[in-house]
Amino acid sequence: MTHNQEHEHESHVGLIWKVFGFLSLITIIEVVLGIIKPDSLHLGKFLGTSYLNLIFIILTLVKAYGIAWYFMHLKDEKTSFRRAIVWTGVFLICYLSTLVLIEGNYIGDVMREFTRWSY
Amino acid sequence: MEATIATENTADGTWAGGSNKPLGASYGKMMMWFFILSDALTFSGFLAGYGLMRFKFIDSWPIADEVFTHVPFIHGHYPMYYVALMTFILIFSSVTMVLAVDAGHQMKKAKVTLYMLLTIVGGLIFLGSQAWEWKNFINGTYGSLVLEDGKIVQFVDDAGHLIALEDFVTKSPTNQRVEHTRTNGLWFVKDAGAIPPYTVNEVVESFKNSPNVNLRTEQLNHDLKKKVVLSREEANQFLAKATGVVKGANLKINEYGHTLFGDFFFFITGFHGFHVFTGILINIIIFFNVIIGTYERRGSYEMVEKVGLYWHFVDLVWVFVFTFFYLV
Repeated sequence: MTHNQEHEHESHVGLIWKVFGFLSLITIIEVVLGIIKPDSLHLGKFLGTSYLNLIFIILTLVKAYGIAWYFMHLKDEKTSFRRAIVWTGVFLICYLSTLVLIEGNYIGDVMREFTRWSY
Repeated sequence: MEATIATENTADGTWAGGSNKPLGASYGKMMMWFFILSDALTFSGFLAGYGLMRFKFIDSWPIADEVFTHVPFIHGHYPMYYVALMTFILIFSSVTMVLAVDAGHQMKKAKVTLYMLLTIVGGLIFLGSQAWEWKNFINGTYGSLVLEDGKIVQFVDDAGHLIALEDFVTKSPTNQRVEHTRTNGLWFVKDAGAIPPYTVNEVVESFKNSPNVNLRTEQLNHDLKKKVVLSREEANQFLAKATGVVKGANLKINEYGHTLFGDFFFFITGFHGFHVFTGILINIIIFFNVIIGTYERRGSYEMVEKVGLYWHFVDLVWVFVFTFFYLV
């Protein structure tokens, strides 16, 4: 291997600032929604949680994608390497959180009958 | 057999990891990625544990908006603003980091130095902000009462906003208990903990004399997403069970509600803060290496890229901590 790759790198500064603007925009949307908490989104229920929470989670995943793909240069890695990292993580995290949250919900249901709210 | 012989691949020196590039990534970068993957699983374990306990106590979990309300130099109730600021600081330091990596690709030493420095400064500001957040959480805001079974009750005004104990509690003139210290008494005797600002009796008596103060339980009304406020008679029955005054938070008790809320807050943000701290240390080491020209001589700034990966990962984790602790 020779040192051939160093000098052909063009600068990505423009792209970096664009991604920063995008991440900032998402954060601002999250914060504004978090402060206002519009009742229509906050009190509605869908898939076991409120619309607002689902919006937050989706925006967070978009943000994570932006950081991993552009800041961590995953998009420049070989597809096989990228999959080794992303698929492993995504699969295990989905697996873990699904089981654990279902279990937590079940414990909560059982405990509800044994919790006193009057004296 | 050739692939297993390590000695053949030393042409590029130790730090290049040899000429084998499985999956097109150098040895160091690949290992950094696998470390990040395992660390991501650790953090997701913590956050899933938080989720488990939150679902377990879904009827009484504290509302984060009422806990983290401080903004420096401003008094009042401002949820989200400060933590949003912290998020921006971290994202921005990620940007300077990726700019350093970019400058490294083009072998521009001066630019790499500058951007690394900015990244370190951003990290330090973030750590300081987190320390301030911890200070507010530990010192507490309003103060509350703990009942004999460990439940927390808080005080609200007629509009339903939390009010601090000092806004309505009058200290009885006979209560002069001060914290025992080694200098004013027996050196081998210690107080069990900090003495709360008021006694249970003072709070209960003041509550009876303040008709516009109401008692609020931890119980959550799921339809309104608000805590249940008690009637006057119910409140008196609750207060009869009060055993202590709580101000602030520690690992054993906190004024905001469930002990686990405080525990997970300290544990997860603490673990993340520790990552930021080590990230800053590694950044400083690489920063000095850049200054003395190590990577210039090596002919590649890949080391900056590797530490950059770690730094971005810290940012990535914060994105999730921010969502699950403050937003959801």
